[in-house]
Amino acid sequence: MKEIVILSGKGGTGKTSIVGSFAALAESKVLADCDVDAADLHLLLNPSVKQETEFWSGQVASIDAEKCTQCGLCQDICHFDAISNFEVDPISCEGCGFCSHVCPADAITMTENMAGHWFASDTRYGPLVHARLGIAQENSGKLVALVKQQAKQIAEKDGLDYVISDGPPGIGCPVVSSLSGAALALLVTEPTLSGIHDLERVLGVCRHFGVPALVCINKHDINEDNTRQIEDYCSNLGIEVAARIPFDNVVTEAMVKGMPVVEYSDGDVTREIKNLWQFVTRTQP
Amino acid sequence: MIISVASGKGGTGKTLVATSLALALKDEYKVQLLDCDVEEPNDHIFIKPDIHHQNAVSIPVPQVDEEKCTHCGKCAEVCAYNAIAVIKEHVLTFPELCHGCGACSYLCPEKAITEVANDIGITETGNADAMDFAHGKLTIGQAMAPPVIRKVKELADKNKVVIIDASPGTSCPVVEAIKESDFCLLVTEPTPFGLNDLVLAVETVRQLGIPCGIVLNRAGAGNGQTEEYCLKENLPILLTIPLDTEIAHLYSKGVALVEGMPQWRKDFIGLFNKLTELVNERNSNTER
Repeated sequence: MKEIVILSGKGGTGKTSIVGSFAALAESKVLADCDVDAADLHLLLNPSVKQETEFWSGQVASIDAEKCTQCGLCQDICHFDAISNFEVDPISCEGCGFCSHVCPADAITMTENMAGHWFASDTRYGPLVHARLGIAQENSGKLVALVKQQAKQIAEKDGLDYVISDGPPGIGCPVVSSLSGAALALLVTEPTLSGIHDLERVLGVCRHFGVPALVCINKHDINEDNTRQIEDYCSNLGIEVAARIPFDNVVTEAMVKGMPVVEYSDGDVTREIKNLWQFVTRTQP
Repeated sequence: MIISVASGKGGTGKTLVATSLALALKDEYKVQLLDCDVEEPNDHIFIKPDIHHQNAVSIPVPQVDEEKCTHCGKCAEVCAYNAIAVIKEHVLTFPELCHGCGACSYLCPEKAITEVANDIGITETGNADAMDFAHGKLTIGQAMAPPVIRKVKELADKNKVVIIDASPGTSCPVVEAIKESDFCLLVTEPTPFGLNDLVLAVETVRQLGIPCGIVLNRAGAGNGQTEEYCLKENLPILLTIPLDTEIAHLYSKGVALVEGMPQWRKDFIGLFNKLTELVNERNSNTER
């Protein structure tokens, strides 16, 4: 079993459209949507949820006004400025519990936090594990780790060849969590200066954690000069550019229809994505 | 006034809106642009600021004096993040898990723990002509963006029009970037992904009690459901930008929309006037 994660640095470069197509192309796999705070893969795969589970993670402080003597110690020691006027702002509270340990009146309790849900689902392309982080919640990295762990268990139990993870944008905690244990990262970029800048940073993260990477240039014809710049950059680093997908509104049309683009159209975009999947399966990290 | 720009879905045009809004206003107002997408900051590509200062951002992590330590285990007991462990006669620290809360050093009965700075990123400040600029950069391999975002936000000058560019998503980095804003612009595109993530972003700003309005980018690309949603939820669409190859090409080259197509300047000034009206209306309502 091999775990492949699709990342991009910059958002909106086409990760989910590509993963949705891989779902239709790959034969033996489980899908994992690791973009837990803005998950979209389900919109292409129309899952039926088999199991919904609460995700409890972290704690939040609360002050019992009856017991509180308003000494102010908790406000002084909180490193996150989460307490003012002897009340806790649950959004700023990082759940460290420092205040509850020092309160001389024992007025502060820590309560477990329900931070979201995760789902084990069936789709017509195979099993999907996905999640929804609660609004304005923390611990997205932990929820990503949970989604991946569940997906891996399904792959092992059913003897599937791949876990294909749709990753989040950025380079921070959920991205680091998505990369952990992956055999290969496919980085989807676009030929814009922002796309290039962000590709360089996410590639840095892959190298930092020792995960081999492949690059796919999406909408390559928006700016051919920039596409060449990405190709040169990758070639200098010895990283393969596995596909160049043209800009085509069929990608959005397929999204509106709620289906993977490779099933909606048989044009150039579909041909390139099919070649890309072949390339990924041939790559032995 | 603080205006934040957020989106839910990535790649909908936050950077385009934040940079063009800042540039459109800079001749008439004192403007400060803060790029709080510290994982992937891009505003500097369009603004090309002169950077004058660079400051390291660190979080305090524990350093244990083995001479004083009695291996009582109090530090490991109070740490909520498993960032410190006591194994027999050794204390192990894991700075990458540490949130820098300070509980271990304060509560150590032997005063054997001191807080030392662990660098996780930088902030850079400068200007582009009369506009103040700052951004943060999370160091490659570091996981925690919020402390870097907090440092960028500490630079906010409330006497100016402060424009904050947030990261995509709806979790802690976005909350850190947009909280305490007077108004939040949510940039979306009229596609199913755009709408799905817009709904989450609207829930987030509403939970934070921040008034918001919509910028509809790439209008004409998908379907009409986003506009129906905005109408139903009483969310004002303050600016519509069409799907246009010239706009996309300018963006690809790192040229701000209002500089490559100056006719858009008045639209961004109009956007600012509309949102200012909404902020003023709300403020007068709360006063009453």
